[in-house]
Amino acid sequence: MTPGAGARLGTVLARLARRPLALFGLIVILIVVLAAIFAPLIAPFPPNEQLFEGLTLEGAPLPPDATFLLGTDLLGRDLFSRLLYGAQTSLIIGVVANGIAVATGAMVGVTAGFFGGIVGAVLMRFTDLMMAFPALLLAIVLAAIFQPSLWIVALVIAMVNWTQIARVTYTETRSLAERDFVEAESAIGAGRARILFRHILPHLVPTIMVWATLGISTTVLLEATLSYLGIGVQPPIPSWGNIIYESQTYFTTAPWLVFFPGVAIILLALGFNLVGDALRDILDPTQKGRY
Amino acid sequence: MTEKSQPADDPVLSVRDLTTEVATPEGRRVVVDRLSFDLAAGETLCIAGESGSGKSMTALSIMRLLPEPMARIASGSIHLAGRDLAALSGREMRRVRGADIAMIFQEPMTSLNPVLSIGHQLTEAIRVHRPMPRGEARALAVKALSAVRIGQPERRLQQYPHELSGGMRQRVMIAMAIAGRPRVLIADEPTTALDVTVQAQILELIRTLQKDFGTAVILITHDMGVVAEMADRVIVMNGGAMVEAGPARQIFHAPAEDYTRMLLAAVPRLGASQTVSDLAPPPASSVPDDTVVKVSDLTVRFDIVGGILRRPVQRVHAVEGISFDVRRGETVALVGESGCGKSTTGKALLNLVPWDGAIVIDGAATAGLGRSAMKPIRRSIQMIFQDPYASLDPRMTVGELVAEPLTIHGLASGSELTDRVAWLFNRVGLSPDQMQRHPHEFSGGQRQRVCIARALSLSPKIIVADESVSALDVSVQARVLALLQELQDELGLSYLFISHDMAVVEQVSHRVAVMYLGQIVEMGSRAQVFGDPRHAYTRRLLEAVLVPDPDRRHGAFPIADSEVPSPIHPVGQAPARLAMTDIGNGHFVAG
Repeated sequence: MTPGAGARLGTVLARLARRPLALFGLIVILIVVLAAIFAPLIAPFPPNEQLFEGLTLEGAPLPPDATFLLGTDLLGRDLFSRLLYGAQTSLIIGVVANGIAVATGAMVGVTAGFFGGIVGAVLMRFTDLMMAFPALLLAIVLAAIFQPSLWIVALVIAMVNWTQIARVTYTETRSLAERDFVEAESAIGAGRARILFRHILPHLVPTIMVWATLGISTTVLLEATLSYLGIGVQPPIPSWGNIIYESQTYFTTAPWLVFFPGVAIILLALGFNLVGDALRDILDPTQKGRY
Repeated sequence: MTEKSQPADDPVLSVRDLTTEVATPEGRRVVVDRLSFDLAAGETLCIAGESGSGKSMTALSIMRLLPEPMARIASGSIHLAGRDLAALSGREMRRVRGADIAMIFQEPMTSLNPVLSIGHQLTEAIRVHRPMPRGEARALAVKALSAVRIGQPERRLQQYPHELSGGMRQRVMIAMAIAGRPRVLIADEPTTALDVTVQAQILELIRTLQKDFGTAVILITHDMGVVAEMADRVIVMNGGAMVEAGPARQIFHAPAEDYTRMLLAAVPRLGASQTVSDLAPPPASSVPDDTVVKVSDLTVRFDIVGGILRRPVQRVHAVEGISFDVRRGETVALVGESGCGKSTTGKALLNLVPWDGAIVIDGAATAGLGRSAMKPIRRSIQMIFQDPYASLDPRMTVGELVAEPLTIHGLASGSELTDRVAWLFNRVGLSPDQMQRHPHEFSGGQRQRVCIARALSLSPKIIVADESVSALDVSVQARVLALLQELQDELGLSYLFISHDMAVVEQVSHRVAVMYLGQIVEMGSRAQVFGDPRHAYTRRLLEAVLVPDPDRRHGAFPIADSEVPSPIHPVGQAPARLAMTDIGNGHFVAG
């Protein structure tokens, strides 16, 4: 945007780092991102290779030890390596699916809220319709029609998740459009585009940011659910959700197979939530100096 | 009423060294500083001061309603009938509140629960302190409503807060407050949100009730007119501390402290400008093109939709066929009470609401102009809104805000823009160093200066000032008015000054139009309207204005029982248009 945008990002990051909880969230996200990017370098074993020494003589998975840091799964694959590669899937879903959802939702919500009238009514009734549709059912139908794949999962999640953000931005845009300063902008001769982009959208940024970060965690969870139901990311590609799905029946005998991917999902979701909360406060100039 | 100036022998309420602290990010801040006073039975004590003086904090401390733990009573005692309220537990205090001491607030709408009927809330308030069957409480509630002069109390009990006008709601609040027959009633700015005629009625009501029940009243207000009207004794506060205390006459006629003198001097007084005419006459000329704004037959109506088909069922006749003009260098005031259509008129001039009729601004007709066609005309007409905080985008710096009109109209860019903004800041009395700050870092007066700079940036011919000084403290108000005056003298600006405050209007305007229910009922020069008011409504408005002089009290002001007539009519039924007659020298009065 402006030449100062880079510097501003720097100060935002610096202020994030000053809050212990946000810093924790930031570190968790960073670790997951690095793990996903450098998975081929870090992973001790190929994620899909069934290792002979990865199973006991009876064919049971191994608990965590020095070779297999987090143990092995039912087919003798290294769980640590699979989790690292699974981070790629989870992040792609989290960023891409959620990104599409946020962009679509915000666009629909702001358009409906700012222009109102028939356009607004049609858009919002469509949103209501989508909201009323059971998300999981829609996902199942879509997954059944198309061959399940990472990208289909992303698309399904995007189609399900945009409605809430459309609702939220719609109401907020409507209330912003009624604010005195918007009227004051009209009085000095500001055009509709200027009012929308300079005076309404900046006020929506905190809301959108919070929903985007919160959305990442729900998206990762939804992917886990879909994979758990067997209509998400297809084996042998690892995702945190389908690792749990594959291992659920062995929960009592090999609890690490459910425990570690479960913890990974919770931590990543928590990390994004903490950062999202902090961002909302930081991006509000009226809160400046309060922390 | 006789003045009780002697310190009471047996005070009902006795406050000693009350100190209240508020926690801020910078540490503790003392908001009430060792305040001591006594209150005798049947006495009215006014605590006067500007915003931030600690007057409301004093009230909340006495009521023990401070937002704990952010604020707390640090030390001192509050003795009410032998008990120290500051030392009571929360539970004990709840029993004292309402029974021995009660409070009414500024905004009666927010103090009443919108989803419960008046009757429900009133009977609950009674039953909390005196357990009794519902029917009995209801009978008491009817009595309480009659006591505050509300007609048809039985019917009112069925109604909800939104069905009542502001004045009626405040009466209900008073009825609730006195239902428990408290010894002390604290009224925090009870009439600030109300129209002048309603204000006079509420004050009269408080006075009557006080006489009937012998209640001691602490009246907290920023309005020296209200103080003069009501007070037996006055405490003037500033920055949390007591500046001066004494009988009302002494405070008004022989103030001992500079601050009190400054406060009193800043109060606009009705009638003052006729003796001291510091207002330069508008450049009188009969040149036809010196009319900056000409409004003919302006009508603004809003539809209220209802029913399944969302068809208009009723119409708000906000403005109903008004005509006036504003000449160069002239200030024309639109005065009237809330809902009279004065603000809507201002907005219509800037095409911010849809309207019918004809408006010519600096030679250009604006009827039916869209946003982009209207844009060049906005260079001639600008607006300053009532609430300087709400009308500035809180996410932008004030520098960006002042520069924005210039950017939009392509009048300056780069260093020229910066210079121009700096010049504007200096012109309105702000320092250009403050350009990087956000609006919330400024005080109300400074924010209004930012708004003025913004309006001024386009070098308009006329500025619509919509209640632009109403939200400001009197001393700040006086300075902002002086700035507007200065700009007029220097730049030949015209103002359409929209206000409810008769004293301010008299001080600043050359011509005055009085509006009532969407129509102008009287229009003329300042001398004509204020010196020789002809219309009954104008007279009523002028009578209701409180004079900051305890020797010129109103005394009995009739407490009307009627609700205010409304500008809402069924579709197809327009209100009758009033015909204006010229009674000489441009003094128009509605038939």
